[in-house]
Amino acid sequence: MANIMYWEAIQRAHDEEMARDPLVICMGEDIGVAGGTYKATKGLYEKYGPLRVMDTPISEGGFTGLAVGASFLGVRPIVEIMSVNFAWLAMDQMFNSAAKVRYMSGGQLTAPCVFRSAGGAAHQLGAQHSARMEKVFMGIAGLRVVTPSNPKQAYGLLKSAIRCDDPVFINEHELMYNMKGEVPDGEYFHPLEGSDIARAGTDVTLFGYNISVHWCLKAAEILDKQYGISAEVVDLYSLSPLDRAGIKASVSKTHRAVIAEEDEAPVGVGSEVIAIINEECFFELDAAPVRVHSALVPQPYNHTLEKAAIPDHEDVVKAVLKLFGKA
Amino acid sequence: MKIEDKKRVLREMVLHRRFEERCYQAYIERKIGGFLHLYPGQEACCNGVMEAARPGHDYVITGYRDHVHAIKCGADPKEVMAELYGKETGSSKGRGGSMHIFDAGKRFMGGYALVGGPFPLAAGIAKAIQLKGGDEIAICFLGDAANNQGTFHETMNMAALWKLPVLFVCENNLYGIGTSIERSTAVIHQHKRVAAYNIPADECDGQDLEVVYEHARKAVDHVRAGNGPFFLELMTYRYRGHSMSDSRGYRTREEEELWKQRDPIFILRDRLIKEGATTMAEFETLEKETDAYIENEVIKFAEESPEPRVEDLEKYVFADRETQLPWLTGKAA
Repeated sequence: MANIMYWEAIQRAHDEEMARDPLVICMGEDIGVAGGTYKATKGLYEKYGPLRVMDTPISEGGFTGLAVGASFLGVRPIVEIMSVNFAWLAMDQMFNSAAKVRYMSGGQLTAPCVFRSAGGAAHQLGAQHSARMEKVFMGIAGLRVVTPSNPKQAYGLLKSAIRCDDPVFINEHELMYNMKGEVPDGEYFHPLEGSDIARAGTDVTLFGYNISVHWCLKAAEILDKQYGISAEVVDLYSLSPLDRAGIKASVSKTHRAVIAEEDEAPVGVGSEVIAIINEECFFELDAAPVRVHSALVPQPYNHTLEKAAIPDHEDVVKAVLKLFGKA
Repeated sequence: MKIEDKKRVLREMVLHRRFEERCYQAYIERKIGGFLHLYPGQEACCNGVMEAARPGHDYVITGYRDHVHAIKCGADPKEVMAELYGKETGSSKGRGGSMHIFDAGKRFMGGYALVGGPFPLAAGIAKAIQLKGGDEIAICFLGDAANNQGTFHETMNMAALWKLPVLFVCENNLYGIGTSIERSTAVIHQHKRVAAYNIPADECDGQDLEVVYEHARKAVDHVRAGNGPFFLELMTYRYRGHSMSDSRGYRTREEEELWKQRDPIFILRDRLIKEGATTMAEFETLEKETDAYIENEVIKFAEESPEPRVEDLEKYVFADRETQLPWLTGKAA
């Protein structure tokens, strides 16, 4: 096991897959000569050259469509959209072309593309550089959506996404690229479907994904030490499809659920997980499930306002205590 | 063009015309649903370019006015009609419809219904060709109105920057849905617009097959020789409305009649008669034979084909699950 950073894990997955298959290419803004905004493609330009590591013009819709077209012929493009905020400009090609082409061609064409993007609020980047958009991606038929919460997942999910014949959107996080974690030394493929139990527990399930897994883990620690509540943390690394069986299994065990998301509440992971709980295991519940989420505001620049808009582990703790009638 | 080739293309163009007219009728009879965009008037464009290219070898992509392009690439007219009827035997198994005809085996990479959407897809196909090192080219047929989308500019820039083997064919039929080009576009002559990206371009009469062919040959040769993209503008006209829900209130019947004087099929027919290669009687027989083929084979096939099964509603959303299990479950090793 190597202890490496999230960006290094992503870089390693690129490197291994590009070394294996000459049709694996990557493209995006500043990913080549400049080495990548988050270093996720560091050193690849020097190793694989400009034909396979493409510094693109700032034309998100254009180069995303170009990647989709190339994938029709068996090329496996990994597209980096520098910030998920810019993905709005690429959505026509992701949704109308990549996600639908297999269906509307009756199975003749497929678009095995990987779209990677940094989502989430970093620090004081303002309204147009702080978006969480997983809610938009997870409702599209024909598109898989995964979101790594640690370096092992970042490496293994990208490996699987490149190999999979379906288009996959990978939602990363600006604040997580320097996070360290254990990654297997040998080749490792993380499943694109399912969920991970990040911490086992018995009294309440905390559902998180990407950065909110870490709020949940921290909250579980506090709940255990200070309140004697045993929280299970379920990492929903696959947002489309969501892991119905995993959600059911955990809630059937703990009978309580809190869903923590950095996205805003109306329409999102929280509402979907609660819908699944209702459909799969409503009568297992001892209390109504609760969502912890961002305020529905364009992200403010001001530090205090920004902090107020985004939840953290303390909000998760509060939500659990409320659930147990302790707050 | 050789006489024999011109005669063959005349047959094809008559098929393309009669096929589309029969679609019109089937739509009125409610056999075809959704939107239907017909090609009559523009036949010399697709035929002239594809005669200069290699149908079935070169990759072709286009917008929603796509039936004729598919057939010209080698798609079976029976399967195209079955698709319009929404049948399981259709070229897209009834899942696509008129705007989404595909025949990957014939390298017809589909009809797409977002105006301007195919530009970057075509460049991507060309990128794949460049990576794989084949002698194919990508050909992107779109209308003049698509050039007002951002994808046009983004794609022209990338195609020129990376010298991609792609031929952009602009079928300038003077209208974007119901708005004339003068009312929507600051530059009437579309080929001038790509000069901004250093892409060589040409413009010609899109009604005369041989004129299109001669210009397309140079364009195709340029791209196939590895010189990067080329933009070919063909001046043409669609006789029918944008789609079936269009009563053409935005233009005059006189204008339409003027264009019909320069009908691509009649231009070719009259030339072949003049050259002594065919006669009016032979042409009339050809039309009758074509109609009989469409009725007895194409329509019959579409009518008699089965509907898709409702149990298969979710088939084709994702790749077959069994083939993807290692990546879905992580049990790859």
